[in-house]
Amino acid sequence: MKTKTCVKTMAALTAAAALALTMNGCKPAESGGGGGRTTIQNKGSDTMVNLAQAWAEAYSKEHPEVKIEVSGGGSGVGIAALIKGTVDIANSSRDIKPSEIEQTKKNTGKEPKEFTIGYDALAVYVHKSNPLDNITTEQLAQIYQEGGKITKWSQLGVTIPGGGDDIVRVSRQSNSGTYEFFREHVLQNKDFKLGSRDMNGSKEVVELVGNTPTAIGYSGMGYATDKVKMLKVDGVAPTVQTTLDRSYPIARALHLYTVGEPTGAVLDYLNWVRSEPGQIIVEKTGYVPLPKEKWYKKP
Amino acid sequence: MSDKRRATRPLWAVYGEKTLEWVIRVAGVSAIIFVVAIFFFVFREAAPMLVNKDFSLKEFLFSPEWYPTSMSNVRYGTLALTVGTFSVTILAMVIAVPFGLGGAIFISEFCGHKTKETLKIVIELLAAIPSVVWGFIGLTVMSKIIMKVTGAPVGVNMLNGAIILALMSVPIIVSIGEDALKAVPDSYREAGLALGATQWQLVYRVLLPAAKNGLLAAVLLGVGRAVGETMAVLMATGHAVHIPEGILDSVRTLTANIAAELGEAPAGSPHYRVLFMTGVLLFSITFVVNLTADLVVRGIRKKG
Repeated sequence: MKTKTCVKTMAALTAAAALALTMNGCKPAESGGGGGRTTIQNKGSDTMVNLAQAWAEAYSKEHPEVKIEVSGGGSGVGIAALIKGTVDIANSSRDIKPSEIEQTKKNTGKEPKEFTIGYDALAVYVHKSNPLDNITTEQLAQIYQEGGKITKWSQLGVTIPGGGDDIVRVSRQSNSGTYEFFREHVLQNKDFKLGSRDMNGSKEVVELVGNTPTAIGYSGMGYATDKVKMLKVDGVAPTVQTTLDRSYPIARALHLYTVGEPTGAVLDYLNWVRSEPGQIIVEKTGYVPLPKEKWYKKP
Repeated sequence: MSDKRRATRPLWAVYGEKTLEWVIRVAGVSAIIFVVAIFFFVFREAAPMLVNKDFSLKEFLFSPEWYPTSMSNVRYGTLALTVGTFSVTILAMVIAVPFGLGGAIFISEFCGHKTKETLKIVIELLAAIPSVVWGFIGLTVMSKIIMKVTGAPVGVNMLNGAIILALMSVPIIVSIGEDALKAVPDSYREAGLALGATQWQLVYRVLLPAAKNGLLAAVLLGVGRAVGETMAVLMATGHAVHIPEGILDSVRTLTANIAAELGEAPAGSPHYRVLFMTGVLLFSITFVVNLTADLVVRGIRKKG
């Protein structure tokens, strides 16, 4: 009886071992990518994640041998991954910091290389029923910054249809490039007032503002929906024109970073992104492409 | 004698059995190793912060100002987060305990065999729904309902998080509560009925007192689930660092804060270490809850 159980157990163990072996056998085949297929790892800014995905799709259609894996998480996450060497390209909606350049040099021995691929106006969103049209950067700072005095819509001379006077501030989590850009350019590096709803993505900000008549939020202008309204900032509406001529006060450059000079598939991809097909996608996803004279042309 | 044994049991069987015994022993003891190791590694990441000049334990525990990435004045106060965790958990329990215990009593005492089996299966299904799905429901469905019903300016708030957490902990409370009621010997029921008690009197006067420790343990395990839950509260509570003034305020919990910020914090930076410190704090809270639950369960065993 005992032997029988033992035999059974042994059989089960053998089966388990066999299973483990097959699973091990699977692994290299998967990561190997099936001969000649290159995978580019691309991570970072949530503002740019839609754009990066649109690029990846279009590029894979033209070049089926290249697979581009895109993920978001925030500009900080992308740059952190670049420093660790786990991604090929980091997307960032803010400039890389000197401390991050230092860390990259220390970790990899190479300097990070920056490719500007377009611009984004940071739009200030309110609910579509909000009668407000224009806001000044000073008012924005008073709404968002620690110790700021504006907490009610009536202070801006606005009555929200359907009631409610308290301003619901919608912000971003602190690893977001958007958060840092807003802090630098609107709050002059002062701290945010606590108690804002800190969303984990550009899209979530617009979504919450769209569902909340008393809310105000900031996000990339590519994320506008028909439930929200973009405010003029200091009298200037966020458009392609005002972003490029710098009259819109809170616009920023969008970058891709690599460690050292890119080569091979990564270089081809970066060139493609800065050439006509890539730049048309930038415009289609709601951002501002590079001026035409800066587009990449084949030598 | 020994020759005879060897004839009936081949050598590989003897050694196979020894090996298996050893494997099982490792599996059994590993839980202790894992808990100690997890605590050790979390604490090791957090410990250097204790001697950092920007950090004071008093501020960490009792200040509501959480500015981990400030350019001018870094502050690491987690009071608002701790209050957030507790307020959401308590509100969740206020909703979940009556439902959970009610469900347990109904399943154990008031329904027929078929209903009982069906209910148990459905409740187990409820327990198997991933927390991110719950969070999604909170973010999309529940937030709209809450705004419509209560007139709150924002639908993602403490109430939303608490309802979602309650839905997640009810299955645990029901199944463990039902076990506790089942453990009351049938002779108690027979004696109660023989004395002329109605079904409700039986439950109220006999079964609840007899099973009270088990039911308390069920509730505390539900609390443990609610305190530790991350994804659902991250999505449903609104994620605002703010000591709530009412149940319609947005809050942020300790777990959600770690989940949202750890990815960004550069390894080894003060922000990173403080997040690990938050982990230690959370670990201590869940440890106390689980230990209490355990001691209570032990209490039952002694009595039984």
